[in-house]
Amino acid sequence: MSLSPDDVKRIAHLARIRVTDAEAEHTRGQLNGIFDLIAAMQAVDTAGVAPMAHARDVFQRLRADVVTEPDRRDAYQAAAPQTEAGLYLVPKVIE
Amino acid sequence: MSQQTIKNLADLLASGKTSSVELCQDYLARIGARNPELNAFITVDPDKTLAEARAADAARAAGSAGPLTGVPVAHKDIFCAEGWLTTCGSRMLHNFVSPYDAHVISQFKAAGMPTLGKTNMDEFAMGSSNETSHFGAVKNPWDVARVPGGSSGGSAACVAAGLAPAATGTDTGGSIRQPAALTGITGLKPTYGVVSRYGMIAFASSLDQAGPMARTAEDCALLLNVMAGFDERDSTSLERENEDYARDLAKPLNGLRIGLPKEFFGAGLTGDTAQAVQAAINEFRKLGATTVEVSLPNSGLSVAAYYVIAPAEASSNLSRFDGVRYGYRTKDYTDLTDMYEKTRAEGFGAEVKRRILIGTYVLSHGYYDAYYIQAQKLRRLIAQDFAKAYEQCDVILGPTAPTTAFKLGEKADDPVQMYLSDIYTIAVNLAGLPGISMPCGFDAQGLPIGLQLIGDYFAEARMLNVAHQYQLATDWHQRTPGGY
Repeated sequence: MSLSPDDVKRIAHLARIRVTDAEAEHTRGQLNGIFDLIAAMQAVDTAGVAPMAHARDVFQRLRADVVTEPDRRDAYQAAAPQTEAGLYLVPKVIE
Repeated sequence: MSQQTIKNLADLLASGKTSSVELCQDYLARIGARNPELNAFITVDPDKTLAEARAADAARAAGSAGPLTGVPVAHKDIFCAEGWLTTCGSRMLHNFVSPYDAHVISQFKAAGMPTLGKTNMDEFAMGSSNETSHFGAVKNPWDVARVPGGSSGGSAACVAAGLAPAATGTDTGGSIRQPAALTGITGLKPTYGVVSRYGMIAFASSLDQAGPMARTAEDCALLLNVMAGFDERDSTSLERENEDYARDLAKPLNGLRIGLPKEFFGAGLTGDTAQAVQAAINEFRKLGATTVEVSLPNSGLSVAAYYVIAPAEASSNLSRFDGVRYGYRTKDYTDLTDMYEKTRAEGFGAEVKRRILIGTYVLSHGYYDAYYIQAQKLRRLIAQDFAKAYEQCDVILGPTAPTTAFKLGEKADDPVQMYLSDIYTIAVNLAGLPGISMPCGFDAQGLPIGLQLIGDYFAEARMLNVAHQYQLATDWHQRTPGGY
């Protein structure tokens, strides 16, 4: 396979990363090299093999439905770029 | 006091011959003098370190010291530590002061072990040379024109140079073992789930695992005793009885069966590395071990499968960095999408962006089965190869890395060549097995060569026993870089 510059720009938009045309072209070459490496995978017959999502067969633990976290909103929001009255501020999304 | 083991320092503290404050002052002075050359640390905060050291000395005076109380360690900057700048090597988190402690950090605090500083790393742990850090490359103390490996390159370099007696690292595809090999130290990646990932900034969550980096296998055992244990805040933390990882160190190796995967001794393994690994095999035979050839037929595809699975998980994990809740936000933007796209374009470096793009692509509509599911099927075949090999042997042995430390810049513009640095380590993460790297010789240029032992699930104590017995019989781990 081979990605086009438009493919790169489409993926970048899905990932919410701005790329310039020059970056898309440079990145395209590198991504194609990486996909050539990955392509070796396709030669293996994996019919009937169950996908392995996890290193160990784990199950989801359940816990009692009780409050475990203290209120640390101020400490957590201290790291935010912009807050007001306990809320995170972002550009207006609804007119 | 430089180039001491954790074990020696603990003995000195217990005998009253030194104090934690004295030790920390000594290490901080060495960091002040030598770090400008190596760039192994992103953050050093002597006031914080010395306050922790005074508390450790007070605990000892009060008779409440544990076995390692007062021994300082450095932490990879991937671990959130309350009140410390925690950057993960990225511009995205260049100003992030963590409001909480990772489980690993709280374990070291509970053990009374002061933090010497936060170590440099490849950005978001993505790299094999420590050149992708926003805070600049780390230099290898064996030759400052060369890389220390990555992504735990700062931790490796600071231990090799005696700027810290030990450090924490994390290993997603080799990020503890490969830098340990390239800097001549000992580093252990435990079985997946043994050490909690809580507060460890996520890269690829089904592969990420923290572990110790130190001068000796014995030190790694003592440090793993501090780091390991069940933590309900990590949903993949394993509920197991605590064990003493140092319990088997003294056992003789008579009857040990060492598996030698033929795929690890093929055409890719040449020269000084091949010779040093062969010499190590001979040493193990002298110690009473036998060897058997085993096969890991799918291991050659581990790099390909990894570069689907790890980027896929990374693209999901790193979606949280959006300029809203923490870290970097772009200056000028028109709307929310513009803010996201510019923040992420400016906040992430080139390698992180490449991997997010790969991950986004392989998870996108129409490609999911061909890439992501196929990679997960290969992952199972790779894990099954190991299970079959362990029917014939107790531990698998091979090289850690195909080459010794390479020159800064040599592979920086060639991602594929860089990815192949981890060709012997990646399969271990995919299977979730424990692996250890320790020094086993030097190449003609005087650069350290790493030997890798791979164990079955939860075989850490046995692997540390094997590594410790090797280190009792050899002195490669005692060699230090000239000038340090």
